[in-house]
Amino acid sequence: MKNKSLVSISDFTKEEILRIVELAAEFEANPNQKLLDGKVVSSLFFEPSTRTRLSFETAINRLGGGIIGFTDSSSSSTSKGESLNDTIKMVSNYSDLIVMRHPLEGSARYASEVSDVPVINAGDGANQHPTQTLLDLYSIYKTQGTLENLNIFLVGDLKYGRTVHSLLMAMSQFNPTFNFISPDSLKMPDEYKLFLDKQGIKYYEHLEFTDIIEESDILYMTRVQRERFSDPIEYEKVKNVYVLRNSMLDNTKDNLRILHPLPRVNEIHTDVDANPKAYYFEQAENGVYARMAIMASILGLK
Amino acid sequence: MTKKELSVRAIKNGTVIDHIPATHLFKVISILGLDKIENQITFGTNLKSKQQGHKAIIKVAKKFFADDEINKIALVAPFAKLNIIEDYQVVDKKVVELPDEVVGIVKCFNPKCITNNEEMVTKFSLVEKQPLALKCNYCEKITNEEHLEVI
Repeated sequence: MKNKSLVSISDFTKEEILRIVELAAEFEANPNQKLLDGKVVSSLFFEPSTRTRLSFETAINRLGGGIIGFTDSSSSSTSKGESLNDTIKMVSNYSDLIVMRHPLEGSARYASEVSDVPVINAGDGANQHPTQTLLDLYSIYKTQGTLENLNIFLVGDLKYGRTVHSLLMAMSQFNPTFNFISPDSLKMPDEYKLFLDKQGIKYYEHLEFTDIIEESDILYMTRVQRERFSDPIEYEKVKNVYVLRNSMLDNTKDNLRILHPLPRVNEIHTDVDANPKAYYFEQAENGVYARMAIMASILGLK
Repeated sequence: MTKKELSVRAIKNGTVIDHIPATHLFKVISILGLDKIENQITFGTNLKSKQQGHKAIIKVAKKFFADDEINKIALVAPFAKLNIIEDYQVVDKKVVELPDEVVGIVKCFNPKCITNNEEMVTKFSLVEKQPLALKCNYCEKITNEEHLEVI
């Protein structure tokens, strides 16, 4: 995967995904490896995303690399009307790798075509966010010991949530069973269900968030966002239905772990935080190791 | 017996593109870049057609199209038929076929797609011929027949 851009999770094969997961474990065991010594990484955030940016910048720092870039487009030449093409061309002359967050969909694919150096997509609008998916996979692997044959519950906004769509696509290579829990208006889109049908992967849809979760190995919670609803009454009706409380976890499996891409609002009650099955903060930390693994392998250093 | 009069004069050598929907004549001209070449070109539009109501026809002298070149018009003229003319005789006939990759012809329907915000060439892969579905190589959204807009 040397010199290969990471734009969409489908750019990586099953073997490459497993390689990243194993490498992430290596970096977690030994986080200070100065593999990026003498390298410069561009961190181009055309829209602010503090969580993702800090995770990447921590990963770069731990690897001993230098960082150039900007944290939102008002401090870049984009505000002067420079095209993405020109910004990327210029920056690819300065650095060995580009990490890019952009509000427009498809911008990362375009940047990867224009750039002489590999591009890592740190989110392009509502389209893709592959490093989030890889850190989710690492979190699953780490807590379950495997990615194969797991029962995965996806809860909340399954219609617009790009993280659940990418996770579904990536996990489909590992023979999972999926359970989808969402309000009718935010159900998993047909294109993904058709994809699962074609792959012969079992999935079940539920409207209610009940003791069905006792079967789950991974409970992946997402935020139901107010702006997704045209009818505010509809939002009020569903927003408190998909809330995970500690009492609901009593009869769940010991190996169950609760994941959430963060930020959370109220969909996971704070009384869950102390439960050992809550894993969302560790999940965020795993992002640093996953991103170290991604950058090291793309630069051919591991 | 009177000889049937041609609406558009015959050519000696070249290509006749027939059965173009009348509404898409100028799109075909622009896709094939016929407005930028020096060859002699004659065309007729709003001609009666048994198959499609009003059709258009283009005759390009001394021009023979490669398959991947001519297939670009399949999006706007899916039933177009080509007659290859040599010395006033039809020596070959061709139909157009939708290409697997559609480059620089169609606009992505997603307003948040980079292709609608940056000066660049659009690129789609053909997902489905009937009904038409094109997947944007950039934003990965599907543009279908209903939203199809030729640049």
